[in-house]
Amino acid sequence: MTATTVEAADVQEHIPGESEWQIVWRRLRRKKLAMISLVLVVLIYGGGLLAPLIAPYSYQEINLERGLEGPSGDHWLGTDRLGRDILSRTLYSARTTVIVTTAVVLSGSMLIGNSIGLLAGYRGGWVDTALMRLGDIFSSLPGLVMLILINATLGQRVESWVRWVEDHTFLTGLVASGFSSYLLVFGALSLFFWVGSARLIRAQVLQLRENDFILAAESTGATPFRVIRSHLLPNVSFLIILGISATLGGIAGSEIVLTWFGVGVQPPAASFGQMLSDGSATRTFQAHPHLLLVPGAVVTMLLFAFNLLGDALNDAIRGR
Amino acid sequence: MGAYIIRRLAWLPLILLIVSFTTFTLARFGPGDPISVAAGQIRDPEVLAQIRADRGLDGSVAEQYVRWLGGAVRGDFGESYIQQGFSVSGLIFPRMWVSAQLGFLALVIVFALGIPLGLISARFSGTWLDPGIIGSLLFLQAIPVLVLIPPLVWLFAVQFDLLPVGGWDGIWEIWWIGGVIAVPIPDPHLYIPLVAFTLPGFVGVARLVRITALEVNTLDYVRTARSKGLSEAMVQWKHVFPNSLLPLITVLGFALAGIIEGAFFVETLLGINGIGSFTFQAVTSRDYDVILATTVIFSTTFVVTNLFAEILYGFVDPRVRVGASRR
Repeated sequence: MTATTVEAADVQEHIPGESEWQIVWRRLRRKKLAMISLVLVVLIYGGGLLAPLIAPYSYQEINLERGLEGPSGDHWLGTDRLGRDILSRTLYSARTTVIVTTAVVLSGSMLIGNSIGLLAGYRGGWVDTALMRLGDIFSSLPGLVMLILINATLGQRVESWVRWVEDHTFLTGLVASGFSSYLLVFGALSLFFWVGSARLIRAQVLQLRENDFILAAESTGATPFRVIRSHLLPNVSFLIILGISATLGGIAGSEIVLTWFGVGVQPPAASFGQMLSDGSATRTFQAHPHLLLVPGAVVTMLLFAFNLLGDALNDAIRGR
Repeated sequence: MGAYIIRRLAWLPLILLIVSFTTFTLARFGPGDPISVAAGQIRDPEVLAQIRADRGLDGSVAEQYVRWLGGAVRGDFGESYIQQGFSVSGLIFPRMWVSAQLGFLALVIVFALGIPLGLISARFSGTWLDPGIIGSLLFLQAIPVLVLIPPLVWLFAVQFDLLPVGGWDGIWEIWWIGGVIAVPIPDPHLYIPLVAFTLPGFVGVARLVRITALEVNTLDYVRTARSKGLSEAMVQWKHVFPNSLLPLITVLGFALAGIIEGAFFVETLLGINGIGSFTFQAVTSRDYDVILATTVIFSTTFVVTNLFAEILYGFVDPRVRVGASRR
């Protein structure tokens, strides 16, 4: 019953000339929790993006004389075992999360997931069957276990490839910057985070392609690429957003877990996984709880905000 | 129905072959030469060739795979690279038993508490209780197990000294009353791991039950049951509860995956000698044949459970069978 009243209110509120994006945004703005989540995500991502500008110290500046200090005027959130500033490490860890989620969303969900979904839905037939079976195989694997295996076994190999690239091109300093470990994390996560988006979009395209406007486009000689780009893509843009919002928490969490296992982002690069691992021994926690609680609180808030925001977005897009 | 089961079962060997071949290739050839890991300091070519032959590492990839698979289906996963002289299966099977008991208990608790929580939230939809329950469960899900365990251990094991710090001592502890009557109680080592395993899992079950129960609550026969004077508890128990169970079969797979993944952290942080902590050690020490064996075992469990859930779902809901046959 509540649903009908909300819909009625929606109809009344409908402003002529308003775009679909504006409608979704208006619905989303009404949800308090969603707005709080959005602010949290923006704060954490903003902190990560601006880390080099706002961090009080370097993330790798070691000062052994001042190790394991509690919060103080010099170090607002204290220091870790090596005397590195926790606030700065947290900001740079958020930066790692920003980099990893953005890269995996771009390559995994956006590029692979959307292309496969659009292609499978539009072409149908054996292309569809083959691509969707491939998706079935990936989704029938325990993701984290496979990610650990891939990262544990291919780490050295990817590093030697990156070294080769350094030796044979003008690019330098890639290995030293930890680029190869990032590359492996991107690649492995992209492999496992395309299936959801692809399925979502395929299902919608299967319905869309029966429409007259697709038939019209095809009969005027539009190439399949043009049909997909100009006629199908704009109609699934909301689903793309939904697909992304559903995977963000999973991607961020996976990087943290892989790094905790020692097979993700390699030191000295900062990651929440490494910070959590440093602070998780019982004795350490008893004596220096800030080592665990600071990164733990940020990660929990981020994952919680992603979940709430994803749900709210889902509701807003589906007209609730 | 028979055709449906056969179609689903035909999928199983294919997927297991793909999984085992991929993991095999990754574990054997991904890191470079596994011989150098097994041989340690030895660099004598003859000895290396000997090790290669002993471990079945000569011949083409296909030959090696077939040889490994032949052993694996009989439960023989070769010898550990790091703990030399020990067979991989001898190392992992006892640990798997520990993890299986713990995982099974966790699965039971997730459903046993998740279902009533979902029913309560649906019943009180429109009041503060509904978003309150679901919101809190969502928050619990967002706390990584890594962050949850150290405070729990500190609070219950160190500060109040109520529970052991970690480890594993079987499911039951026997209390002797007057030295005569034996009373089995759940072993105190169980509590912290079970809390860590189950807290993130409740929300998935509860939300699914809530959604179905919301629908069922508005149906005519439920209204009839209420209007003929059936107590609310009976309405929930006889009508809403059974109807909310159906979709739960589909989350069985997810719940199991969550528990397998949770085992890495829970067992490692609490010093439980199970398959999760053992895999963690294998990853840290680069013991590739152990990683290979555990990955294949985890994947098989996962694939088989999902398949079982699908078949079960087909039994219960005929619409699924029809849907699946439409290609």
